[in-house]
Amino acid sequence: MSNPSVYVRAAMAPAQPAPRSTVGVAGWLRTNLFSSLWNTVLTLLAIALIVSIVVPTVRFTLVDAVWSGEGREACLAANGACWAYVKAYLPQFIYGRYPIDERWRVDLVYAMLALGLVLLMVPRIPAKGATLAFMLLVFPVVAFVLLTGGGLELDGGLIPDDVMAPSAFRFWIEYGAVCAVLLALAAALAAWQGASVARTLRNLAAALAVLAVVLLAVSVDVGLEHVETANWGGMLVTLVVAVTGMTASMPLGVLLALGRRSNMPVVRLASVVFIEVWRGVPLITVLFMSSVMLPLFLPSGVTIDKLFRALVGVALFNSAYMAEVIRGGLQAIPRGQYEAARALGLGYWQMMRMIVLPQALRLVIPGIVGSFISLFKDTTLVLIIGLFDFLGQIQASANSATWASPVTGISGYIFAAFVYWIFCFGMSQYAGFVERRLDTGYKR
Amino acid sequence: MRINFTAVFGAAIGVALGLAGAASAATLDDVKAKGFVQCGANPSLIGFATADEKGEWSGLDIDFCRALAAAIFNDPTKVKFTPLNAKERFTALQSGEIDVLSRNTTWTMSRDTSLGLKFAGVMYYDGQGFLVRKALGVSSALELSNARVCTQTGTTTELNLADYFRSNNMPYEVVAYEKNEEVLQAYEAGRCDVYTTDASGLYAERLKLAAPDDHMILPEIISKEPLGPVVRQGDDQWFNVVKWTYYALVNAEELGITQANVEQMKTSENPEIKRFVGAEGEFGSAIGLSNDWAANIVAKVGNYGEIFDRNVGPSTPLGIARGLNNLWTKGGLQYGMPIR
Amino acid sequence: MASTDVSGPPVDRTSSLINNPRFRGLFYQVALILVVGWIGYDIYSNALDNLRRLNLVPGDGFLDRTAGFGIIQSLIDYSEASSYRRALFVGLINTLLVAVLGIVFATLLGFLIGIARLSRNWLIAKIAAAYVEIFRNTPLLLQIFFWYFAVLRSVPDMRSKWSLFGIAHLNIGGVYLPRPVFGPDAGLIGIALLGGVAVSIIVSSWAASRREELGRPPRVWPVHLALIVGLPVLVFFLVGRPISFSMPVFNETGPLLRRGFERGSGLVVIPELVGLLLALTIYTAAYIAEIVRAGIRAVSHGQTEAASSLGLRPGQTLRLVVVPQAMRVIIPPLTNQFLNLTKNSSLAVAIAYPDLVSVGGTVLNQTGRAVEIVGVWMAVYLGLSVLTSIIMNAFNRRVALVER
Repeated sequence: MSNPSVYVRAAMAPAQPAPRSTVGVAGWLRTNLFSSLWNTVLTLLAIALIVSIVVPTVRFTLVDAVWSGEGREACLAANGACWAYVKAYLPQFIYGRYPIDERWRVDLVYAMLALGLVLLMVPRIPAKGATLAFMLLVFPVVAFVLLTGGGLELDGGLIPDDVMAPSAFRFWIEYGAVCAVLLALAAALAAWQGASVARTLRNLAAALAVLAVVLLAVSVDVGLEHVETANWGGMLVTLVVAVTGMTASMPLGVLLALGRRSNMPVVRLASVVFIEVWRGVPLITVLFMSSVMLPLFLPSGVTIDKLFRALVGVALFNSAYMAEVIRGGLQAIPRGQYEAARALGLGYWQMMRMIVLPQALRLVIPGIVGSFISLFKDTTLVLIIGLFDFLGQIQASANSATWASPVTGISGYIFAAFVYWIFCFGMSQYAGFVERRLDTGYKR
Repeated sequence: MRINFTAVFGAAIGVALGLAGAASAATLDDVKAKGFVQCGANPSLIGFATADEKGEWSGLDIDFCRALAAAIFNDPTKVKFTPLNAKERFTALQSGEIDVLSRNTTWTMSRDTSLGLKFAGVMYYDGQGFLVRKALGVSSALELSNARVCTQTGTTTELNLADYFRSNNMPYEVVAYEKNEEVLQAYEAGRCDVYTTDASGLYAERLKLAAPDDHMILPEIISKEPLGPVVRQGDDQWFNVVKWTYYALVNAEELGITQANVEQMKTSENPEIKRFVGAEGEFGSAIGLSNDWAANIVAKVGNYGEIFDRNVGPSTPLGIARGLNNLWTKGGLQYGMPIR
Repeated sequence: MASTDVSGPPVDRTSSLINNPRFRGLFYQVALILVVGWIGYDIYSNALDNLRRLNLVPGDGFLDRTAGFGIIQSLIDYSEASSYRRALFVGLINTLLVAVLGIVFATLLGFLIGIARLSRNWLIAKIAAAYVEIFRNTPLLLQIFFWYFAVLRSVPDMRSKWSLFGIAHLNIGGVYLPRPVFGPDAGLIGIALLGGVAVSIIVSSWAASRREELGRPPRVWPVHLALIVGLPVLVFFLVGRPISFSMPVFNETGPLLRRGFERGSGLVVIPELVGLLLALTIYTAAYIAEIVRAGIRAVSHGQTEAASSLGLRPGQTLRLVVVPQAMRVIIPPLTNQFLNLTKNSSLAVAIAYPDLVSVGGTVLNQTGRAVEIVGVWMAVYLGLSVLTSIIMNAFNRRVALVER
């Protein structure tokens, strides 16, 4: 049934090739770089900018750089960066003044940390809970023993010296006594509040037992040489400050975030004041406070290690920021979740532990990683109070009499920038990855 | 009785982490109990206190701490060093973090009287000097009018500098950095015409410049900077131990007792030497030490002259002449009180 | 379904009180107050004990003692004979100076980079992205060291200079500019400027009301120009040119120390300020760029398309449609960045720029007054934070969506 006067196409006409100007390299160039006069000018300017920055940088860091040699003469001869110096000092940048024969201990801690992080960060690997528990409970103790050498002398202090001489035995007697008192108090409190006495006792006893095991672990002399924190330096200090600051600030941040959303006015006020004060002051004043003011706040005679004081300052400071991140997560949980939990008869802490926090914390993983990146960058500030972190160690070595030259300092800074960049960029990419992964869950 | 929260808290952390220590009134007993001297030192000052790649410390101030350890334990290695910057050094001593501060610290009246500290002696008589580029063509500090001066903040240097330039009616500009490394980097880059600090420090820092020979130290010394070990106020026994360790070093040089000959000297008939090595009298026990404390110092560390020559003397890269730090018998100021 | 046989266990008074959430809440709060009070009191009494032991009487009396040290940059009168209080004040002003300049520059650069990241030009977008990734992921302190020492190493030394049109000069001593010297009647020009701005604002609001009638805004920019620029210039000549300029004087001869720029001539921007400002600007701009990008992308595509279909050109679309809406998203995080920049300016201590922390540190060293000085630091930065928040919140209210 065909009508010759009417032409109806039976099949689609073959597609015409796209205009030459829109396909291939030329087309891409045209749309993305030279679409208009203004665009062309921009492109040319951009090329000029790139050439003027990249060429000297490459020349300085690669072409004219000195890669090997010994001492100041090697660096003095260089027109570019002096990588020979970085090579010579690399062990110091990584370990600080940690005794050379003991550095395997630091390596071991690095390896454990890296392994733990990989296990936690790759989504496909199972048993996240067990790994997390290991990293939060076992790893810190092992790392502490490995890094300091362990073998702490616990000698107690509640029983006067003339009644019983200081000894580990005295400490454990005191520990038992304190535990008994705590358990009794908890039982009384539980009974008074109408909670289950048996369960309360079981939970507390478990916590105290864990603490006892930890204390035992750090006090047993495992035969490792004691290494003072004054000899720690370089990447070791940077990682210790960053990782400890982060881990310690998490629980505090959760408490503060919950406190800020609490119905109790005093708790809310205390949380808000704490968070806003720490967020309102620069980290450097906090560090100065920990280094010159904190000793005055302690009773005379009690002193705390300098690195540890800085850690406390960093952890408190970071917990305020962490609290705000977590609060964001808490706010993102729909009211229905809270109400449903209440309707099921869960108490406040049960609701938080089983329903709200697991969801909220998962939501804020990117925020937590972001806050870790800032913390990692901020660890450089400890060099101002005289701790030798990665940057501090580099700065100190740049002026050593054996390597001083006009390019030594700048080479060190470039190397430091490169290392920090790798760490931070890697972490931010990971945060982006988690964010995208979390997103898909809500997309239909 | 007030229950002290921070004491409980601090002790709890301390016990849990072993990072705290308690210092009681009797420092010497504490030191003996823990088995080492905790000594506050400069993080990096060539000739006075530096640690090498292995973490081994050396220098004049370091050797004083080793001498102290030798006097107490007859073992110069029983000492631990805490690197301190200028800002935190006094707090560290006040709070008991360290037992003695041996960190090129200037003895001034305000520090001695109002900071709860006590200076035990003068290990090095120093004075503030100026480091300039030779190309500047300056031969005296009085020609430094209009100069830009780099220095480290938190020291007496900053104040002396202001006094000197103002009293000579010379305009100047001061750039005060937080750390020594930064001062040096800035001076090297040309931010300043002059780098000022204690003359000994200038000799040390000059070595870290890319071309040390292009720079010179001007002859003027504009201030008195007696540098010495410091202890806390209120512990006379410990103060005596530190003070007499210093005197022992000086007396040893005066008596001609050296690391090499101290064993023979123990049989010397000279009564002064006999008292020094502990063959006569009970001087060591009077300050809570063994009787051969002074001999131990010399045997393990050497006398003052040996320490000086080893760390900063003419044969070292620093090449500092004895000058004021010579014995009083040779025209200097080092004078050991008699052991009698 | 009223039931008559509800009979629980006998209710005793104490248990009901304990299970009463209000009572329990009260108990927790009282406990918290007690614990916090205990800690606070304990810290206080420890500090007092320790200070007494060290013969330091707490208080601010020491602030009136003579400082005795020089400060390289002060916008107010300061000499070595001034008091510690004055020195701290100089530090505070220097902090404010670097914070304000930093905020202005970082905002400008940040908006530029943020818009560049969304550019349709591939190369420009990639350069902006690289900028953000490089500077956001390296520590600020490192950048400060880098820029400061890089600047010091690459500029001419004290006895030579680079000049721009004979007006601005640069060498290692800093940037040298002409310094305005105000005569006695210079205040009148300021008054004229303020008056001009005030009248301009009135004219603007008049123009806005006229716009409804005319259908397009009346041409008022010549009026603004005349009021804001013309009026002060007119007054300047009327009162006899009370502003002159002190040019930097460069000596090429004489002893080396006398060569270079003469002290007291011109306006010197010290390299510490340049380095710090450069680092703060570049670092913060990377963050602001991300905020701007997120803000612009938060404006729905429909808005741009609608604007295009109304016949607005891309520039107009950006100015009239996108930016006003993006501002609502941008302002709150931008406030945070301003606060961060202000706090980060305390890193000046690392490169000898005499800001509050740096000067305070020196005072602390000379006097040993750790508690008082740290107190001053905290109070000032908290105050600045609150102040910035208030200003930015007010601004935020202005641009916020007006809902009917």
